[in-house]
Amino acid sequence: MLQHASQLAASGDLAVEAVDLVKEFGNTRAVDGVSLAVPTGSIYGLLGPNGAGKTTTLRILIGIIDPSSGTRRVLGRARPLEAAAEVGYLPEERGLYPAMHARDAIAFMGALRGLPIHEGRRRADRLLAEHNLEEWARKPIRSLSKGMAQTVQLLGTIVHRPKLIVLDEPFAGLDALNQGRLEELIRRETRSGATVLFSTHVIAHAERLCERVAIIAKGKVAFDGGVDEARSKLRPIVRLRTRAKDGTWRSAIPAGARREGDEWVFELPEGGPEPLLKALIDGGAGIETLAIERPGLHDAFVAIAGNKAAAEMAQEKVQ
Amino acid sequence: MMRFLRSAYVIARRDFSATVLSKTFIFFLLAPLFPLLFGGTFGSMSARLASQTQRPVIAVVSSQSDFNRLSRARDQLADALGDLAVPKFVHFAPAADTDAQAHQLLANTDVPVRAVLTGGLSAPHLTGPVAGDSPTAGQLRLLIANARASAAAPPSLPVTNVQASSGSLTNDRAVTAQIAQTLLFVLTILLSGMLLSQLIEEKSNKIIEVIAAAVPIDAMFVGKLFAMLAASVTGLIVWVSAGALLVQMIKHGGVATLPPPAIGWPGFLALIIIYFAMNYLLLGAAFLTIGAQASTAREVQTMSMPVTFGQMLLLLLASTAIGAPNSPAALAAAAFPLSSPLTMLARAAERPEWWPHVVAILWQALWVALILRIGSQLFRKTVLKSGPRTRWWRFGRA
Repeated sequence: MLQHASQLAASGDLAVEAVDLVKEFGNTRAVDGVSLAVPTGSIYGLLGPNGAGKTTTLRILIGIIDPSSGTRRVLGRARPLEAAAEVGYLPEERGLYPAMHARDAIAFMGALRGLPIHEGRRRADRLLAEHNLEEWARKPIRSLSKGMAQTVQLLGTIVHRPKLIVLDEPFAGLDALNQGRLEELIRRETRSGATVLFSTHVIAHAERLCERVAIIAKGKVAFDGGVDEARSKLRPIVRLRTRAKDGTWRSAIPAGARREGDEWVFELPEGGPEPLLKALIDGGAGIETLAIERPGLHDAFVAIAGNKAAAEMAQEKVQ
Repeated sequence: MMRFLRSAYVIARRDFSATVLSKTFIFFLLAPLFPLLFGGTFGSMSARLASQTQRPVIAVVSSQSDFNRLSRARDQLADALGDLAVPKFVHFAPAADTDAQAHQLLANTDVPVRAVLTGGLSAPHLTGPVAGDSPTAGQLRLLIANARASAAAPPSLPVTNVQASSGSLTNDRAVTAQIAQTLLFVLTILLSGMLLSQLIEEKSNKIIEVIAAAVPIDAMFVGKLFAMLAASVTGLIVWVSAGALLVQMIKHGGVATLPPPAIGWPGFLALIIIYFAMNYLLLGAAFLTIGAQASTAREVQTMSMPVTFGQMLLLLLASTAIGAPNSPAALAAAAFPLSSPLTMLARAAERPEWWPHVVAILWQALWVALILRIGSQLFRKTVLKSGPRTRWWRFGRA
C-alpha cells in the first residue's frame, strides 16, 4: 500500500499523504502510526467506530493540531494551513454564529479561506438558491432548522471551490432525504475535480460513494485501499436453505458456517460452487434456495477490523 | 505575512460588526453615564442628608459680648476654611453652677452638644468627649486667641488674578494625570470582562474548529483583539467628544479653560488614544489568553475577580508616577509592561518631553507581540491539544 502511495506521490497524484502519524494526549495514544494516501480527484472514506481516531486523524491532516510524530502533506504542502485556501473542512461538531445571516455565514467561511467577501455573498446566494434555501439567505442562523443550518455550513465549506474537501461525519444528524442530497453533492464536487475525504461510521455511505477507504480501529489503519480490494479479501458468501434438517450433506457445510434464521451462511469453499452443489445434492439436502453473494464492505470491515468494531459501529448507527 | 494580516482582518471585521452593529453596543456607549447618574443621584441624596442632619455644636456658656467676639472669630475662620470645617457655636447664659449646667447641656437631646465651653474668654474651659490635642480643641484655642486679640476686621489683601502659576500648574497637571489614569483604568476594567469571554462564543458554538482549520491561531487572537480595540476606540471617541461638549456647555469659557497637560492638549489626546490602545492590547492579550482557557461563562466569572484585583495593583503601581514621574518607583512602573501605559500617560500630563513616549510605545508594542505569541501557543496547546508534549521550561522555545 505504501509503495502504491509513494508511486502516486512521486507522480504528484496524491491530494493527501500521511506517514506514520502519531498523536498522544497525555498517556493516551489516539492515533498510532496512521499512514494514508488519498489520490487526487477520489472520494476517500475513513471508516471506523467512534473513538477509533478518525476525527483526530482528520484534524491532524488539515492542520488544526500537529502530530506528536509523523509527517503529512496536503495538496503538496507539508504545512496544511498553507493550503487552507484550497481546502474545505466540515467539522464533526457543527457550529455557526447564531446571529449571522445564512449568506453572511457562508461568505464568512469563504473569507476565512481567502475568498473576497462580496464574491462569497454572490456565490452564497447562488448556492442557497440551488438548495432551495434562498428565502433563508437573510435570516439569522438561529432561525434555521438543524438540517438547514447543517446545509448552510456545508455550503460554507465548498463556497471557495476547494480542491480538497474534508468532511467529518457529514451524514450525522441528516434525514434520509438530506443524506441523499449530500451524497449527490459529494459526487458533483468530485466530478468538478475536487478530492473528497470523509469519515463515517456508516458503512453504507462509504460503500455507495468511495473508491478507496481506510479502516481505522484503535488508532491504527487496519486497511487502506480500494473498496473492491477490501471485498476481494473475502470469499463470496453462500446463503443456503434446505428442506432436510440433517444428513450426509451436512459434511459439505464448512466448520465456520453460522445460522441466520433458517439459513446457513458461510464463505464459498475453495473448490467453488460445483463441488458444493454436488455434495449437497448427493447428500440429500433438498436445496430450497441457494444464493452466492459478493461480500459487502461491511463483511470486509468485519473481517478486517473484527466483530467487536463492527458491533460498535452497528450500535452507533442505531443510536 | 499578507495571509496572516488578511486572516486577522476577516476575524476582526466579523467581531467588530457583531459588536458595534448589535443593540447592546448602545448600552456600551451609555456605560459611563451610569456611574455619573449614580454619582449625581447619591451625591445629591448625601448632600440633602447632610444638610438635614443636625451638626454637633459647641455650647458656649458665657456673657453675650464674649460670645459675639468668639462668633466673629469663628466667621472669619469659616470664610477661610469653609463653614463645615469650623465648629458651630450656640450661646447659653451662665447659670449659678456652671459645672452642673455643663453636664446638663451634654445630656441635652434637643441640641446635639459635642462639648461645652465655660469660663468666657478670660478663663476658658472645655468639657466633653474631646481630647486635649484634638482638632476641635485646637480650633477653639485659635478662635479664643483671635477673639481675645481684637475685634478688628481682618486686613485687606488685594488680589490680582492670573491664569496660572508654577504651583497651580503643577497641581492641575497632577490632577489631570490622576483623572487620565483613572479614566484609562476604568475603561480597561469595563473591557476586561468582555475580553475574558471573547472566545467563549467560538468555543461554545464549535466555530473554533472551522476557524482553526482555516487561519493561524495567532491571526485569530490578533483579529479578536483589534476588533475589540476598534470597538473600544469608537466608544472612547464618542465619550471624549461627549465629555468635551458637556464641558463646553456647562463651564464658562469651555474646554479652553481646562489646565493644559505638560505635553499640550493635542499631544495628550493622541497619547490617551495610543496608551489606551497599548494598555488594552497588553492586558487584552493577557486576558484573552486567560479567558481562552475557560469553556463556560461560569469559569469566566470565576476568573474575573483575580483579574480585577490584578488591575487594581497595576493602577496602584502606576499612581506612584503622579507628582514624581522621575522617581525610581515611577520609572519601575513605566518599565513594567503592564503598568507602563498608565504610568506614561500620567507622565505626559506632567512632563513635556516626547522621547520617553516613543521608547515606551515601542517597548509596549514588543510586549504585546510577545504576549500574543505566548497566548496563541498556549491556546493551541491547552485548548486545541496540539503539538508534541513539551516541558514547561522549554515552552518559550516551542
